[in-house]
Amino acid sequence: MTAPDKTPAPALRLEGIVKTFPGVRALDDVSFEVRHGEVHALLGENGAGKSTLMKVLAGMYQPDEGRIFIEERPVTMRSPLEAKARGVVLIHQELSLAEEMSVAENIYLGELPRRSFGRVDWKTLYANAQAILDRLKCGFGPKDRVGSLSIANRQMVEIARALTVDAKAVVFDEPTASLTDAEKVVLFDIINDLKARGVGIVYISHRMDEIFTLADRISVLRDGAHRGTLIAAETDEDEVIQLMIGRKLDLSRHEREAANLGAVALRVEGLSCGSLFEDVSFEVSEGEVLGFYGLVGAGRTEIAETLFGLRQPTAGSIRIGDETVSVTSPADAIARGISLVPESRKEQGLVLGMNCRDNITLPQVGDLTSGPFVSDGAEVAIFDQYRDLLKIKTPSWRQAVGNLSGGNQQKIVIGKWLAMRPRILIVDEPTRGIDVGSKSEIHALIRDLAKSGYAVIVISSEMPEVLHVSDRIVAMYHGRITRTFDVDEVTEDNLVAAISGIGQDKVA
Amino acid sequence: MAQRFKTSPLGWLARNPIWGFIVLIFIFFSFANPYFFAIQNFQNILVQTSTIGLIALGMTLVMINGNIDLSVGAVVALAASLCIDIQGWAVFASWGNWAILPGVAAALTAGVALGALNGLIVWKTGVDAFIVTLGAMLGVRGLVFVYTKEQSFFAMNFSFSDFGSSNLGPLPTLAVIFLICAVAVHFLLARTVHGRNSYAVGGNRSAAVNAGIRVGPHMLVNFMIVGFFAALAGVTLSSQMGAATPNLGTNYELWVITSVVLGGTKLNGGSGDIVGTMGGVLAIGILRNGMNLMQVPAFYVLVILGMILIAVLLLDKQLNRKGKEEIRL
Repeated sequence: MTAPDKTPAPALRLEGIVKTFPGVRALDDVSFEVRHGEVHALLGENGAGKSTLMKVLAGMYQPDEGRIFIEERPVTMRSPLEAKARGVVLIHQELSLAEEMSVAENIYLGELPRRSFGRVDWKTLYANAQAILDRLKCGFGPKDRVGSLSIANRQMVEIARALTVDAKAVVFDEPTASLTDAEKVVLFDIINDLKARGVGIVYISHRMDEIFTLADRISVLRDGAHRGTLIAAETDEDEVIQLMIGRKLDLSRHEREAANLGAVALRVEGLSCGSLFEDVSFEVSEGEVLGFYGLVGAGRTEIAETLFGLRQPTAGSIRIGDETVSVTSPADAIARGISLVPESRKEQGLVLGMNCRDNITLPQVGDLTSGPFVSDGAEVAIFDQYRDLLKIKTPSWRQAVGNLSGGNQQKIVIGKWLAMRPRILIVDEPTRGIDVGSKSEIHALIRDLAKSGYAVIVISSEMPEVLHVSDRIVAMYHGRITRTFDVDEVTEDNLVAAISGIGQDKVA
Repeated sequence: MAQRFKTSPLGWLARNPIWGFIVLIFIFFSFANPYFFAIQNFQNILVQTSTIGLIALGMTLVMINGNIDLSVGAVVALAASLCIDIQGWAVFASWGNWAILPGVAAALTAGVALGALNGLIVWKTGVDAFIVTLGAMLGVRGLVFVYTKEQSFFAMNFSFSDFGSSNLGPLPTLAVIFLICAVAVHFLLARTVHGRNSYAVGGNRSAAVNAGIRVGPHMLVNFMIVGFFAALAGVTLSSQMGAATPNLGTNYELWVITSVVLGGTKLNGGSGDIVGTMGGVLAIGILRNGMNLMQVPAFYVLVILGMILIAVLLLDKQLNRKGKEEIRL
């Protein structure tokens, strides 16, 4: 890591940016700059305003107030194309590539070199693309179809796009979310290379280790406001986290009440599913919360999907109560008393256009009939019961679920599954994208559920969350269980070690 | 946002702009043409719309479910041909009026069977319904030409064609059949488990799968229902004409889809209802009837209908826009 030159002019500077949406002040007087040859990390919790700021940077949003300077010249950027022409490029988290087109066409999408009569100048196109790919030391050619590339290589194509212009600033949004460790190393090399060429880099990530490896300075957003800029070499994780959440990180854990444990509800032995996860064994009892902690891609969600019948295991056994079972479909899982609150409530959990009541009764509407018709009264009764139990805030059951806040949407999904009265409840990322208040409500709810006799499995990528709700914690790394902890023997260090594959002393 | 309109009549109109449009054109034609506002003419409109309307009822189910059926026009021709041909078979000569029964039964069975075939292929292969039913549209039409040897059939039994122009009390029989079917499908869609699950599958397929809903059987049933209604429309149409031609029902799939979409059903599924579809069907029926009475040349009628389709959907988009944050392209 080289310390930034003290004098250079900022490549990109934002001054007093304000952006409001109906009912929300998404950015409140935010100032931010990135210098040439600097990696400036941008941090903040979900909803802190990072993505809005990024979209302002990339010309996708127009700020209501404030000014943008590129190399100290004031500019307005009305579209991503204009931003790019001025040398500001955004590398999206969700890659936005045309999969059926070639690498070269993607790199120059929207600005293909032309010949007369609007024909594409293929020769120049491939030659230019090849030159950029060489610079990035990519292992694929300009004529390859993007759809055939790995996720990491697609990211390279996105980066290559940034290099078609004389980029002054490049914004990376969570670039490592879907990369393997080896691919990360390559990405970091490229970032360092860009930096050495004098490009200013804005790096957005949740992963502290990456930020401290790469960044020169760290800026923190909270609730739409800029909370401070720190020099990476002079600060530590605690200080950054404190700025992010506005208080000390709460690593408290609940008091374990071993006396409450009932019979073993679910026992999994040697379960494998291809290379997604291998030889996984664990058990969970009635009255217990078992936490699954690990990085994205460690195989946690896939285990849940296998238990719920969405995937078929290639080896191993699942016992529910005293019975060895094979779960062949979600309907089968539901009949056996397993419920899954999926990772992504909008894609997998809710029918957004449907009203709240119908979403809650979705899995059991077949049992709520009188004669040929669905019984309105029975449905409303179930809705009322779970609205009160979970404190769902909605003006009426007629409200379309898509209009509710994230926290209330999540409660609808949880309510839907509680209404099925399962024995085993699996909750995947229970509080993703939910505000802090609803978060603690959902945590309390999970504890209450266990207390009332449910066997609960919680999958989470947030350490405070697993510590807070679990009785025992299963740590996973690359499809395998590395260690199972009782919550009172966990320390931040041994948990992080277990999910990073360090010190594989197995305790099964 | 949505609950602001929830209960007021104005809000209802904002969500169903087609019914407001119907009121407008109704008033317009009543003043513009002396023959429009007459009981006789209203009966005409109902009979004229019943053919497209019956198919549209089934199509609404299929489209809410997230699919589409392009083969309905060809099924109309097949059902009509089967119905007329079979009732004239020599074996049934001694049956008198009962000979109509095997003809109708064969027509409806064929419709349901073809629907089941469409549904099974979509379910089991996962090929897009657009492609599957496009194939069926061509194939079934070909089958009709093979079966009829390019000939038209005429009903020898006049009871059959009398039925098509008969009345039940104050209303034409065909209109009564259409209205009864509409009420039945409305309840099927709005009040039964199958209806609810159809919305869920079209609205978010993976959420439906996660809720333990078996997606395939629901799609299959809906394709069978639209097949049934297409065949029924073929039977009623042949009864009106007392004949069946191999070209019967050409372009009907387009009229049906136009009506359903006008009624507010989304092409990608998950929303829509029979009240809207009835509106769409009636709007087209009234427009065609009214312009016909005013002796607007047929080709101009098409031009005007095309423009109205786009205008109404534009209006719908404006009224029901999600808000400012929606991406504009």
